[in-house]
Amino acid sequence: MSKKPSKGGAPALDMTPMVDLAFLLVTFFMLTASFRMSEPVVVDPPSSIGQVSLPDNHILVTIDNTGRAFFGISNSTAKMNALRQMAAKYKVPFTEQQIVKFSGLPSFGVDIKDLPAYIDANEQARTNFKNQKGVPLDTITPNNQLKDWISIGGTEAVKMYEEAKLKAVDAGGEFKAEKPRYAIKCDGKTKYIYVKDVIKTFTDLKLYQFNLITSLEGGGTVIDPTK
Amino acid sequence: MAEIADSGGGGHKGGKKRAKKQSTRIDMTPMVDLAFLLLTFFVLTATFSKPKSMELTFPAPPPPNQKIDEVKKGITFLLSKDNRIFYYEGQFRAADDEKGKKTELAELNFSQGSLHKFLLDKNKEMQEKIKALDVKHKNKQLEDTTFKRMVKEIKADKESYTYLIKTDDKATYKNVIDVIDELNVNVVGKYVMVDILKPEMDLVIEKVGAN
Repeated sequence: MSKKPSKGGAPALDMTPMVDLAFLLVTFFMLTASFRMSEPVVVDPPSSIGQVSLPDNHILVTIDNTGRAFFGISNSTAKMNALRQMAAKYKVPFTEQQIVKFSGLPSFGVDIKDLPAYIDANEQARTNFKNQKGVPLDTITPNNQLKDWISIGGTEAVKMYEEAKLKAVDAGGEFKAEKPRYAIKCDGKTKYIYVKDVIKTFTDLKLYQFNLITSLEGGGTVIDPTK
Repeated sequence: MAEIADSGGGGHKGGKKRAKKQSTRIDMTPMVDLAFLLLTFFVLTATFSKPKSMELTFPAPPPPNQKIDEVKKGITFLLSKDNRIFYYEGQFRAADDEKGKKTELAELNFSQGSLHKFLLDKNKEMQEKIKALDVKHKNKQLEDTTFKRMVKEIKADKESYTYLIKTDDKATYKNVIDVIDELNVNVVGKYVMVDILKPEMDLVIEKVGAN
């Protein structure tokens, strides 16, 4: 391919490096992308100087500003197992498809009785789901479903973690995953008494350590102590 | 634009026609378009920062029949609506007795000079001790681990203040996080979230009104 003197018209431009770079970037972003389904509620957490990032392996309770609680587990296998056990406990039948579909959903905030309908609904219908009143968490009456979800979900998540660890050790590899952590994500405007109910649910289960999710502090809020 | 495959060698002189040479260049424009389209999509959907969080440990309920020690140097924050913070020092007293006077609430707020300054004053002693250690540590007179242990000891010192955070039923989650955050900024030794007591609640209501 010899160089030709350009005779007017479009000048030739070697695009190969640019294309190389473009594909490199595409590959990078594709591999680092983590697809998240939109959460059922928009929650605006308060800011803090907390620097600990949320562990990948977590059990999350989201509380919106009206006090509804939403529950989610990051590990999808643990989520499926938890649903099976919950279904048996509350005698709500689920089909295998529903259980599989459930594992891909983000956190949910419905009574377990409404859960089959909630799973079958499409994404649009799910956001406007009429019985989305939050997972029941009455701390006095026995209908504390959140407690069961946390308890069963927690056990399952730990089980998954142990299994993965054993597998990794058997394979002789290094095991890096973290133990599941309990996280609470809550809107800044939520009244604290709602959060307290959720925390009470945790402490009743003898779980005393949580990660409270906060957004990163904007600049200048950490006050200079010399002032 | 990319060079588009041009037709072979062009016209040759003479009547002899050679087989036309096919150019090996291909038009890359559509591919590049697609690559950039994908690139734009992934750049826009990428989430770079994982959510940050603050670790918090709540107290386990004390075993029954255990006598609860009186907190010697305690400061209790009572959070209420409209971002108001009240506090009192020491043990709660419903009325004057031989040990001290009836508890009165003082008020703080979240502006720069208030809560932050209050905590700075209260923790001056501890802060200075930590600062002195820090200087030693920077001058390599202390090992990392020794330094960490000593800071921990200072924080756990019985003589330093213990902070109790209580909320009424109208306080927001943001206020709670803000107070905890402020305590963290000030490297306070000990703080704990506790339930509010009825007499304390009454005092807060006196200040802010029942509604």
